Amino acid sequence: MKYILKKISTLIVTLLIVSALVFFAFSFIPGNPAVSKLGTQATPEAIENLMHEMGLDRPVVTRYFEWIGGILHGDFGTSYSYNQSVTSLLKEKIVITMLLSVMAIVLTVLISFPLGIYAARKSDSKLDVIITSVNQFIMSVPSFFSGIIITLIFGVALKVFSPGGFVSYKQSFVRCLGYLFFPSISIALPKIAMVVKLLRDTALKEADKDYVRTAYSRGNRTRAVFYKHVLKNACIPVITFLGMAFADIIAGSLIVEQVFSVPGLGRILLTSISGRDYPVVEAIILLLSVFVVVSNLIVDLLYRKFDPRIHV
Amino acid sequence: MRDKNKRVKFIIGCVLTGLVFIMMLSGIFYTPFDPMEMNPSTKLMGPTLSHIFGCDNFGRDIFSRVMVGVRETMLVAGLVVIIGTLVGTIVGTITGYYGGWLDEIIMRLNDAVLAFPSVLLALLIIGLLGGGRNTLILALGIAFVPSFARIVRGEVLRIRNLDFIQCVKLYGASDLRIIFVHILPNLKTVLLSSILIGFNNAVLAEAGMSYLGMGVQPPNPSLGRMLSEAQAYIFSNPLNAIFPGIVIVMMILGFSLMAGGLEK
Repeated sequence: MKYILKKISTLIVTLLIVSALVFFAFSFIPGNPAVSKLGTQATPEAIENLMHEMGLDRPVVTRYFEWIGGILHGDFGTSYSYNQSVTSLLKEKIVITMLLSVMAIVLTVLISFPLGIYAARKSDSKLDVIITSVNQFIMSVPSFFSGIIITLIFGVALKVFSPGGFVSYKQSFVRCLGYLFFPSISIALPKIAMVVKLLRDTALKEADKDYVRTAYSRGNRTRAVFYKHVLKNACIPVITFLGMAFADIIAGSLIVEQVFSVPGLGRILLTSISGRDYPVVEAIILLLSVFVVVSNLIVDLLYRKFDPRIHV
Repeated sequence: MRDKNKRVKFIIGCVLTGLVFIMMLSGIFYTPFDPMEMNPSTKLMGPTLSHIFGCDNFGRDIFSRVMVGVRETMLVAGLVVIIGTLVGTIVGTITGYYGGWLDEIIMRLNDAVLAFPSVLLALLIIGLLGGGRNTLILALGIAFVPSFARIVRGEVLRIRNLDFIQCVKLYGASDLRIIFVHILPNLKTVLLSSILIGFNNAVLAEAGMSYLGMGVQPPNPSLGRMLSEAQAYIFSNPLNAIFPGIVIVMMILGFSLMAGGLEK
C-alpha cells in the first residue's frame, strides 16, 4: 500500500513537471495568438481587447496556475481557432483514440501469446522457422504502410469495410468497433511480431536454466514445467515491453488514424499544430502524457505481482 | 545451422541495403525523368516500360521521385542518428563517469523523456518551432538522445569499475585521458548495434512524420509524403502507394537483417 502511494505521488509530480514544461514552452515562443487570430491589419486597441479577453495580458505564472486549476475542474481552456471549449472539442476524440489503442493492445496480447508460446515449444520446427521469418518481415513494415495495404485488400478488393466510412461510437458501438478493427490490426502487427520474438527468445533462454532441469528430474511433465515455471518467468520482460509498447501504440494510433480517416486525437493534433492552436495542443499533449504515465504505473504494479523479488 | 542462418540473413540484408544504396547514389547523378516536372499527359498512369513505377497525380515519374526521396530519408535519418549518438555519448559519458547528483538529475529527466514516444516528442517540438526538414531533424535528434545516453551511461559505468581502469588511475592518468583513451574506444561494439537499430527507428520516424506532412515540404519528394499523396487515389491507382512503401520496407528490413547478422 505504501508502495502504491509512493508511486502515485511521483506520478503526480511527473505530471506537474510535464504540464509546466508544456505550458511555459508554448508561452515563450514568438508570435501573439491575438494577432494571429485578428490578422496583422487589426488595430492595436482591438488586439489589446482580445488579449484581455483571452487573459494573455496577465503574468504567465498566474495563467499557468489558472490553467492547472481549470484542468482539475475538467476545463482545458478555449480553443483559438474553433472558439469552443477544448473539453467539448476533445471529448469524443479521446474516446475514439483510446478505443483504438486499447483494441490494438488487446489484439497484440491475444495474438502474440499463443504464437510466441507455440514458437517456443516447437522451436526449430518448420513452423517456428516460418513464424520467425515472417516476424522479421512484419517488424520492418511501418504501420501506416500496412494500413494502406489493409485498406487495399479488405477495403478496396474484398470490400469488407468502406475506407473513410467511420461510424462514431455514439451512433453504433458495434459498427464503430468493426471499423476500428482494421486500423488496430495495422497498429498491432509490428508489436505482435516483437512480442512473439521476445516471448520465444526469453522462454528458450529460461528453459536452459538449471531449475528447469531440476524440475524435469523430479518427474514433472514437460507441459507442467513449461506453463508453471518457464512461461511465468518469461512473462516478466514481456510485460515490461507491453508497458512501453502501450505508449508507442498511442503515438502510432495518431498516425494510423490518418490512414483510415478516423476522427480521433491525431487529426486535431496535427491541424492544431499547423494552426498554432496552442490550448488544444497543450491539452492533447498533457492528456497523452497522463495515459503514458498511468500505463507505466500499471506496468510497475503488474511487475511486482509477477516477480516478488522486486521491492523498489 | 545457426551460423549458416545468420550468414544468409546478413547476405540478404546486404543485398537489400545495397539495392537501396545503388538507387540512392545513382539518383544523385541521374534520374530517368525530372522528379519535379509535372506532366498532365502522364497523370496517374500505371507502370509502363519507361515509367516503371508509374506516375503520380501530377504526372511526375514515381521511380525518379523515389530515387530522390530515398536520399532525403537517408539524410534525415543519418543526421538524426548522428545527433542522437553524439549528444547521447557526451551525456552518457559524463553522467556515467562522474556520477553524483548531476547523474541523478539528468538520468531522471532522461527516463522521463524516454517514456515518451519519439513521434509524440517530435510533434511537440515541431509544434513549438514550426514544420520543415531542419526542424524535423532537430526534433527527432532530440527525441533520440535519451536512448543513446542510457546505453552509453550503463556501459561507461561498467567499464569504469573494471580493474584496468583502476590500474591506469594508479599510474596517474587524468580523467580526460581515461575517458578518451580507455573508455570511449571500448564503446564501439555497443554503439554500432545501437546505431543500426537507431537508424532503423529514425527511418521509420522520418517516414511517419513526412506521411503526416511534418517533414520534407512539397514539391520535394519524400517517401512518406508520396504514400499519403497516393492514398487519395487508392481506388483508381493502388500501385502508386505500393512502390514507395516497398522501398521503405526494403530499407528497414535490409538494415535490421544486417544488424541481426552482426550480433553475436
